[in-house]
Amino acid sequence: MISLTINGKEVQTPQGSTILEACQQAGIPIPTLCYDPDLRLAGSCRMCLVEIKGRPLYAASCVTPAENGIVVETESPGIVAARKVILELLSARHNFNCQVCEKNGNCKFQDYCYQYGIKESRYDYGEETNYPINDCNPFIERDYNKCIMCTRCVRACEEISIARAINVENRGHHAKIATAFDGNLADSPCVFCGQCIMVCPTGALTSKVSAGLGRAYEVDKVLTTCSYCGTGCTLELNVKNDCVVGVTSNRTVTGSPVNKGALCVKGRFGWDFINSPDRLTTPLIKENGQFRAAGWDEALDLVAKRLGEIKTEFGPDSMAVFTSARVTNEENYVAQKFTRAVLGTNNVDHCARL
Amino acid sequence: MIEEKRIVLRNADLINPEKIEDYLQAGGYQGLVKARSMSRPDLIAEIKKSNLRGRGGAAFNCGLKWSFVPADAQVSYVVCNFDEGEPGTYKDRIIVQKDPQLLLEGMAICGHAVNSKQGYIYCRGEYPYVVELLNLAIDQARGKGILGDFNIEVRMGGGAYVCGEETALIESIEGHRGEPRFKPPFPGVAGLWAQPTVVNNVETFSNLPSIVLNGAEWFAAIGAPNYPGTKVLTLTGDVANRVSIEVPTTATLREVIYDFGGGIKEGKKFKAVQVGGTSGGFIPESMLDTPIDFDSMRSIGATLGTGAVFVMDETRDIVDITTRIAKFFEHESCGKCNPCREGTFRAYEIMRKINKGQASVQDIENLTLLSQVMEKACLCGLGQAAPSPILTTLKHFYPEYQARLQIQ
Amino acid sequence: MTNSIGELEKDARCIFVIGSNTTENHPVIGMKIKKNVLYNGARLIVADPRRTDLAKIADVYMPHQPGSDVALVNAMMNVIINEGLANHDFIAQHTEGYEDMAAVISKFTPEYAEPITGVPAEDIRKAARLYAQSGSAAICYAMGLTQHRTGTDNVKSVCNLAMLTGNIGRPGTGVDPLRGQNNVQGACDMGGLPNVFTAYQAVTNDAAREKFEKAWGVPLSGQNGLVLTDVINKAHHGEIKALYVVGENPLMSDPELEHVEEALGKVDFVVVQDIFLSETAKYADVVLPSACFAEKDGTFSNTERRVQRVRKAVSAPGEARTDWEIMCEVATRMGYPMSYENSEQIFEEIRTLTPSYAGISYQRIENGSLQWPCPTEEHPGTPYLHKDGNFSRGLGAFTAIDYITPGELSDEKYPLILTTGRSLFHYHTGTMTRRASALNEHVPAAELEINPEQAKALGIAHDGMVRVSTRRGSLEMKAKVTDMVAPGVIFTTFHFAETPANLLTSSEFLDPTAKIPEYKVSAAKVEKI
Repeated sequence: MISLTINGKEVQTPQGSTILEACQQAGIPIPTLCYDPDLRLAGSCRMCLVEIKGRPLYAASCVTPAENGIVVETESPGIVAARKVILELLSARHNFNCQVCEKNGNCKFQDYCYQYGIKESRYDYGEETNYPINDCNPFIERDYNKCIMCTRCVRACEEISIARAINVENRGHHAKIATAFDGNLADSPCVFCGQCIMVCPTGALTSKVSAGLGRAYEVDKVLTTCSYCGTGCTLELNVKNDCVVGVTSNRTVTGSPVNKGALCVKGRFGWDFINSPDRLTTPLIKENGQFRAAGWDEALDLVAKRLGEIKTEFGPDSMAVFTSARVTNEENYVAQKFTRAVLGTNNVDHCARL
Repeated sequence: MIEEKRIVLRNADLINPEKIEDYLQAGGYQGLVKARSMSRPDLIAEIKKSNLRGRGGAAFNCGLKWSFVPADAQVSYVVCNFDEGEPGTYKDRIIVQKDPQLLLEGMAICGHAVNSKQGYIYCRGEYPYVVELLNLAIDQARGKGILGDFNIEVRMGGGAYVCGEETALIESIEGHRGEPRFKPPFPGVAGLWAQPTVVNNVETFSNLPSIVLNGAEWFAAIGAPNYPGTKVLTLTGDVANRVSIEVPTTATLREVIYDFGGGIKEGKKFKAVQVGGTSGGFIPESMLDTPIDFDSMRSIGATLGTGAVFVMDETRDIVDITTRIAKFFEHESCGKCNPCREGTFRAYEIMRKINKGQASVQDIENLTLLSQVMEKACLCGLGQAAPSPILTTLKHFYPEYQARLQIQ
Repeated sequence: MTNSIGELEKDARCIFVIGSNTTENHPVIGMKIKKNVLYNGARLIVADPRRTDLAKIADVYMPHQPGSDVALVNAMMNVIINEGLANHDFIAQHTEGYEDMAAVISKFTPEYAEPITGVPAEDIRKAARLYAQSGSAAICYAMGLTQHRTGTDNVKSVCNLAMLTGNIGRPGTGVDPLRGQNNVQGACDMGGLPNVFTAYQAVTNDAAREKFEKAWGVPLSGQNGLVLTDVINKAHHGEIKALYVVGENPLMSDPELEHVEEALGKVDFVVVQDIFLSETAKYADVVLPSACFAEKDGTFSNTERRVQRVRKAVSAPGEARTDWEIMCEVATRMGYPMSYENSEQIFEEIRTLTPSYAGISYQRIENGSLQWPCPTEEHPGTPYLHKDGNFSRGLGAFTAIDYITPGELSDEKYPLILTTGRSLFHYHTGTMTRRASALNEHVPAAELEINPEQAKALGIAHDGMVRVSTRRGSLEMKAKVTDMVAPGVIFTTFHFAETPANLLTSSEFLDPTAKIPEYKVSAAKVEKI
């Protein structure tokens, strides 16, 4: 352990920690935009700057090692002024339309502007970004007028999804996130996993499937397991008014042991079948080749009666149950129990082979 | 009157740079032979003791830098920063064009000190003809077996100013976008391909053969004690003689401009001088008696940097020049960190507004605050130094700004 | 999986992927493999008739002929044995049957396998050396290995390979089937199979049966039941009178659909529980609306045996009910009262009868998950099986396996080999993804992948319509001209009801053990239309 002073308080932290980690352990909040614990460090947003006594430059705490005996100030007047200037510089290129933004209430940039009292930017000297919003894919909305160039999306694409579909193009103020040759995602190696949306701290990258359906403060998040392939990724169903309106990631080790928040296109964007008008809502009984709606009692009685008759007439082994690789363990257990104990046969199988 | 003192230009115009034999005849590679007879720690200690400081932007003690390379490193690299991208600077080109073997010898000495088998010269993309000369020199040295198992390869830059920053240069050699890395880790610990790497520039490497040959004491006694040796300077702008010179670091700016540069051309009056390249501070007449050594320059808010000396006469428009410099940085910012990417852009916007006579005192205040933040908050030297011309001209030439402000 | 997904990201130093288009079918596992290969220095071997995304970054890519897996793997083992790369300590201490297997392997030189597999002998050598010399090598496979008449042989072959090199029982090693459905592992664990109760306790085992008879209070049949494909065949002969289908769609997923359709027509009484009126549900006498995963509590077990919670987020639509509630109702009405308060109560019953799940409870997996076997409340779960080469049956058994040809071979009339699979953007029979707006918008229809050379010879243009036919039937779809498939091989997906690929596949050639159909090999022809 090493010992350093942060805001006048002595703090212990393991050797090898960064100043940011030392602050986090000590419960001292540090604003960050480009920092993401799951991604390679960038040290580029400069929001996490701190002052270290005796050093002429401000240090980005996310990439600066905590050293024994150093004296750190995290909210000195100089640091606060620097953060304000940085936020104002970003504000001058950011399209503030929070009232209709998907990320309203769940946006780090909005939070910091609020926290540091940025109502307007003194660097709004006229030239604004004006990027077209026209990527014709059904999954990911790309609005680079809200981008703050933290490059978390680039790093997530490179390091989590390993798709390497996007990178920084151009230099200086004209730098922007783009696919090779600045085309559509569909023409790039993008696999539409949406990990970029997961890490984006602003409204620059959002889900088209969830657009307009509910914002973070309106939804409850229910942690569950994806119902597509056998990988067993966990995901959060976003619920508003008893309706699933989106999927987000839980990135904790305990909440997401397999995928740590990473999903695929089906997991992240393939959820709205739940609300499909095609869903069956009532039992159906076929009469004269046509289905008619029926009540549960009628349908269940009919099923029980017919199965009972067939069992008596043709024996248990004339019946079979196909259970399902899609339903829960509990339901599979009940299905095989039903087959074996009630129908009296071992004719139970599912599509494991298909 | 102070005199030229030639260390890195000692063979200039005396030998044929395309002939290694000439270099050998002039005593070339004896420094390397001596260095290789020394143990690595002794060699590093010797260089440290000479107090040779980097002839670039940071003036770090060269031997100390080398000592950061772990002694047990399996793989390490020696990289020569020859990305000379500062407008008005051409001293590295002169050194290499006049005496390319000197650089190779210096790199090989460093290679021995840090146990490196591979050196790279990252050459400015605009110097293709120098690359030819370097490759010829490398071939000749290899042909003579002089470099031993130390291999040197030339890589060309693509014209990005930021690649003069050592970590951006490393990224570029690796084939990535030229963006600086955060430090630590410093290249000495994890540089090129994450291996320990020494990055020095042409002038620094070119000092090494003489230091090894003549000893640390000899070098330490030349010029200013805290920044010993010589410095190659290139004089540009409104000076009578636009020359390159090598002088001891005790020379003052006045001596450089008037004794070597012949004063202001056409008999006009001196207004300002910018030293060290585009990011250097502007120095008024009152400070011309400052010696050129790194620390003295820093004490007046200037930087020795690349040794470019850009002289401006009384007719020059300081605000206009500063606006052009702001445009340069707006163009050359790589865009990685927020304060530089957006700051250089807005600084140029404000400077344009001032230059057009449309600005108010508030704009100057905004610019000042922005510049002060950039100096301390930017990720690399480019952004940290970019506001220097603005801040120093605001300090020393404020009336010129004032005259431009909108009457309110 | 013998081992865990996470090990593919860092522990495995070599990964041999055979018959798995991982980045499309198990995308998150694909990401981990790519990360290991591109950033952590793992070596990658890919064997697949299609040039998959992983094939593009493989150290060795072997585009083997569909159905030639045994020959390929045997040839790798031949190299390993002949070049002295086998782990003889492991073989001696932990296995049996080596000599018999080695006798069969001896003829499978890479040169012998080359004409069978279409893979250059030198590549087979390279792959064998990489796999054997990496220290920790994992094998990943999916339906590309299993959906053959030799599916069981194929799997046993890769098990031979792992045991031959001692690549089992350590992190980053093992034999990892990547299972295609969210809870296919759980369905098997729970006894949703005709021969076993939960945790693979055989119905023919008297002790096991007695245990369940006691728990359930009724006598149970000790005779193995019928596997799914046999049920369809028996139905065809009129021997199945009632079929109860829970969330399955055999009328899309089963081979030779016309055959399935006829079979269903002959069953007296068909009950289907589903969330949609699937192709199969249309043949039902009674359809019962069920809740989807978002509308119920429970657990799924993933491909690495990890038991995780499913949590109810919203109410089921209309009168839809959970599958277990419906089945309990039917049971009760048939005179066998079954009722549970909630899914947790069912799980508690499962634990008492299922040794490998005995230590798992809802409480323990509330903030996390556990991998079975987990026999006690104190047990931390099992990330990888066969630790230190200790197999559950004692010694690991080598199986001597010779190569046999696929059931259906190409001929003059059907000169190509059709193989089927999934797209990244759809899932199985499409009941869900075809109704997921964005997925269906992005990929609205099936395409036939065909090699540029082949396409040119047949006058087929990219996006042009083609008719693909097998001995069972034909379909029309757009052509996708791509070098992802080699000349001689064509590929399509089975997600689309408009172009049900399983009209083309055969139910004739089943794996004798697993009764798995040979989806991956059908002789076919393609015409421009």
